[in-house]
Amino acid sequence: MDPKVFDVEDADVAWCPGCGNFSILKTLKESLSEMEITPQELVMVSGVGQAGKLPHYIKSNVFNGLHGRSLPVSTAIKAVNPELIVINVSGDGCTYGEGGNHFIHNIRRNPDITNIVHNNMVYGLTKGQASPTSQRDYSTPLQIEGVALEPFNPLAIAIALKASFVARAFSGDINQTKEILKKAIKHKGYALIDIFQPCVTFNKVNTYQWFKNNTYYLDESHDYYNREEAFKRAIETEKYPLGIFYKNSDNVTFEESLSSYKTDKSPLYQRDFHEDKLNKLIESMK
Amino acid sequence: MSNNSLGNDVSIVLCGEAGQGIQTVETIIVKALKNSGYNVFSTKEYMSRVRGGENSTEIRVSSKRVISYVNRIDILLALSEGAVQHLENRITSKTLIIGDEMHFKSLSKEKYNFIGVKFLEMAKEMGSAIFSNVIAAGAIVCILDVPKAVFESCINDIFTSKGKKIVDKDIAAGMKGYEVGMELVDSGRIKVEVEKDSDVGDELLLDGTIAVGLGCIAGGCKFMASYPMTPSTPLQVFMAAHSEEFDMVFEQAEDEIAAINMGLGGFYAGARSMVATSGSGFALMEEAVGLSGMIETPIVIYIGQRPGPAVGLPTRTSQEDLNLALYSGPGEFPRIIFAPGNFKDAYELSQRAFNLADHYQTPVFILSDQYFADIFYNQPKFDIESKIEDHIVKTNPDYERYEITDNGISPRGIPGFGDGLVVVDSDEHDQMGHLTENLDIRIKMVDKRLRKLKEIEMETVPPELLGNSGYETLVIGWGSTYGPIKEALSNLEDDKISFLYFKQLYPLHHSTEKSLNKAKKTIIFENNAQGQFSDLIKLKTGFEIEKKVLKYNGMPFSVEEIEDNLKAFTGG
Repeated sequence: MDPKVFDVEDADVAWCPGCGNFSILKTLKESLSEMEITPQELVMVSGVGQAGKLPHYIKSNVFNGLHGRSLPVSTAIKAVNPELIVINVSGDGCTYGEGGNHFIHNIRRNPDITNIVHNNMVYGLTKGQASPTSQRDYSTPLQIEGVALEPFNPLAIAIALKASFVARAFSGDINQTKEILKKAIKHKGYALIDIFQPCVTFNKVNTYQWFKNNTYYLDESHDYYNREEAFKRAIETEKYPLGIFYKNSDNVTFEESLSSYKTDKSPLYQRDFHEDKLNKLIESMK
Repeated sequence: MSNNSLGNDVSIVLCGEAGQGIQTVETIIVKALKNSGYNVFSTKEYMSRVRGGENSTEIRVSSKRVISYVNRIDILLALSEGAVQHLENRITSKTLIIGDEMHFKSLSKEKYNFIGVKFLEMAKEMGSAIFSNVIAAGAIVCILDVPKAVFESCINDIFTSKGKKIVDKDIAAGMKGYEVGMELVDSGRIKVEVEKDSDVGDELLLDGTIAVGLGCIAGGCKFMASYPMTPSTPLQVFMAAHSEEFDMVFEQAEDEIAAINMGLGGFYAGARSMVATSGSGFALMEEAVGLSGMIETPIVIYIGQRPGPAVGLPTRTSQEDLNLALYSGPGEFPRIIFAPGNFKDAYELSQRAFNLADHYQTPVFILSDQYFADIFYNQPKFDIESKIEDHIVKTNPDYERYEITDNGISPRGIPGFGDGLVVVDSDEHDQMGHLTENLDIRIKMVDKRLRKLKEIEMETVPPELLGNSGYETLVIGWGSTYGPIKEALSNLEDDKISFLYFKQLYPLHHSTEKSLNKAKKTIIFENNAQGQFSDLIKLKTGFEIEKKVLKYNGMPFSVEEIEDNLKAFTGG
C-alpha cells in the first residue's frame, strides 16, 4: 500500500522546520501502509501539545481530546469496538505529566492499543518549560536554576507494572523506528513506544547529535521476556538503550476480559436491544 | 401504658448501629408488606461509617400511595441503646417504642410509651444474637397483618444465597418474632387499620437509583465508566451487575477524569455512554463537559447530590449542584438538565436523556440526590415500550463530521461504519473536524453549536401542574421535593394552592413565566442555602419568587415541614 493514502491534503502543519515530529509522522505512515492498515479502520487519538496535533496530518479517524486524557479515550474506543486499530499519540508532557495517572492505570488495564510518546524532554507548545522527562539541571524560563526534580522514567514504570510491550526509539533513525513501531502496532495488548526526538526550537541541550551520541541499540542477546534484565536496561542513563525492552507473555487484554465479548465478538454498536430482557429485569422488581 | 390505635397510615422507624443489619430488616419488612398488598415507602438516613453510629430507616405503610418522608414516628423499633436519643426530636408521647428491655432499663416509663421485648435473649436461645433483627422484623410484620407464608417467602428470598441451614434458622427466628407480634396484638396494645389493595402486590418495589438505572438501560446505555462516590455508587453497582445481560461495558476508572473521558471515547465509537458521580467527583469531570460540548460527542451524566462544598456530608442529601451542572465546562455550548422527582419520571427521563444526548450531541444531566436515590416505594409497572432512537449515520467517503446545518445538528458518524472518516477535535475546527484558527469559521461553529439549543428548547419537558389551574398560591419545587410537596398539598385540601413541579430545569420551559405570573403568591422549596433554582428562574424570566424555603442541613423536607410552611405562608 502506498503511504500517500495517509496524506491529508492541504494540511496546515504547525510544526517548526526540522522538528523530530516530521520523521515520526513519516515513519508512522510507512509502517501503517506496510501493514496494509486502512484509514477507515484506524483511529488516531491524542491529547494536547505539538505531538497531539499529529493525527490531523494523517488520514484516519481522529479523536484529538484534552491534555493528558487521551489514554482513557483510546481504552474506551477499543472496548466498544475491538475491530478498530487504536493508536494513541501524544508528547511527554501530555502522557507522563498531565496524564500520569492514566498512564499508570492504563498499563494495568492493558487495552490492545499502541501508545506512541514523543519524548523531546521539553514543552514545545507552551514554549520551552521543563517536561517530566527533562534532565536535572536543565534550565528554562520557569526552572531558572535548572530542573531539580528526578526525571520521569516511563520505561522503568511500565516494566514495574508488567506492561505488555515496552520499547524506546529515536526519531532520527527511521528504519529502526519503523521496525519497532510495526511490532508495537502488531502486538496484542498495550504497547508503549517512547520515541526520543529533538526539539530544534526549545531544547538546545538534547539535540539530534546529543541523542545520537547518548543512545545505543539493545542487541540480540537482550531477552525481552526477562523482566529484571529489562528493568536494569530501563534505568541505564549513561547511555540510553533503544529497542524493545520488555514483553509480557501474559497478555490478556482489557477487551478480552469484558463480559460483553464472552460469546459475541461484534462491536457494541451492532448489538440489538433486548426488550425482553429489560421486561424480565423489571418484572424481577416485583 | 396506653392503647395505640395507629390508623390507616403508619410510620415505623427502625434505628440501630451501622453493621447491625438494619438494612436487611428493612428489606424483609418492606418486601413482606408490599407483597401482602400494602402501599409502602421507606427512606434511610445514615452516618458515614461502616460500623457504629446511629442509623435509621423509616417505613411507611398506608391505605393510600405514599412516596415521601414524614417526621412523625408511630412505632419506633429501637435496636440499640442510642436509638431513642438519636431520634429524640421526632419522638412524642404517641410514639410507641418497641425495644429490648436490657437496652432501655433507664428509660423513663412516664415520658416514653415503651414496650419491652426480650429480643436478644430469644435470639441467644436460638443460637446467636444475630437473629434478634429477624425476630424484630417478625413482630412488626405480624402487627401489620402480613400472612405468615408471605413473610416466610421473603426471608427465603433474602437469605437463600447463604444456604438452607441459615435460611431455616432465620425462618424460625422470624416465626418467633411473629408470636411476639401476636401477643402484642392480642393484648390490645397495638391496633393497625391499614387497608390492603390486591393490585399493589403485583406492583414493582424499587428505589430511586434502580428507577434511573432501568431508564438508562431502556435508553440503550452500552458503556459506563465511573469512580465510586456516595450517593452515586449504587447506580454504578446496578449497572455493573447487569452489564453482561445488556451488552454493556462497565469500568471502574482510576479517577473521575478518566471516567468521563472514557465515556466520551465510548460514545464516539458508537456506544451510548454514561458516568455517575457526586458533586466533588463531578467537579473533576468538568473539563470534559466542555470537551463534549466542543466535539459534539454526547455524554449522559448522573449526579447524586449531597451537601458540599468539598467532601461535605457524604451520606446526606442536598440540591446544591444545580449551578455546578449548569455552568460546568469552559466556553458556551448547549446542555440539558433533568431532575426527576418520582420513579416514573426517573425511568422516562433517564431513557430520554440518552435519546436526546444522541440526537443533540451534547451533555445531558440527570440530577438526583441521596434522598431520592435511596427511597423505596411500590410503583406500577413502567411502560417499557422500546424508544431507542437511532441517530448514527453510515458515512460516505466525503463525510464531514461538522457539516453546517440549519438546525445545528451535524449527522454523526462513528469510526469503522461506512467509508468516511470521523475526525473530532477539542480545538476549534472546520467542517471536516481539523483544527483551525480561522476566525470566520470560529463564528460559524459557535453559532452552529448554539442553534442546537433552540431545537432543544422546543423539546423541553414542561413543568407539571398538580392541583387547580385557577390557583392563588403557587408552590414551586424540583426533583426530589416532589413527593413531600405533593403529599402536603393533598393534606391541606386547599384548592387555591397548586404545585408546579419542574423535572427539566434547563433549558427552562417557555411556559414558566406565564405560570408564575398567574399566581398571587409564590413559594419555592429547595434543599440548598441560596435558592439556586429560584435564581435560575429569575435569570431566565425576571420573576422573583416571593418566599424561598431553603433547607441545607442534609435532611430532606418532611411532609409536615412543608405543610407548616404553607400554612404560615397562606395565613391558614
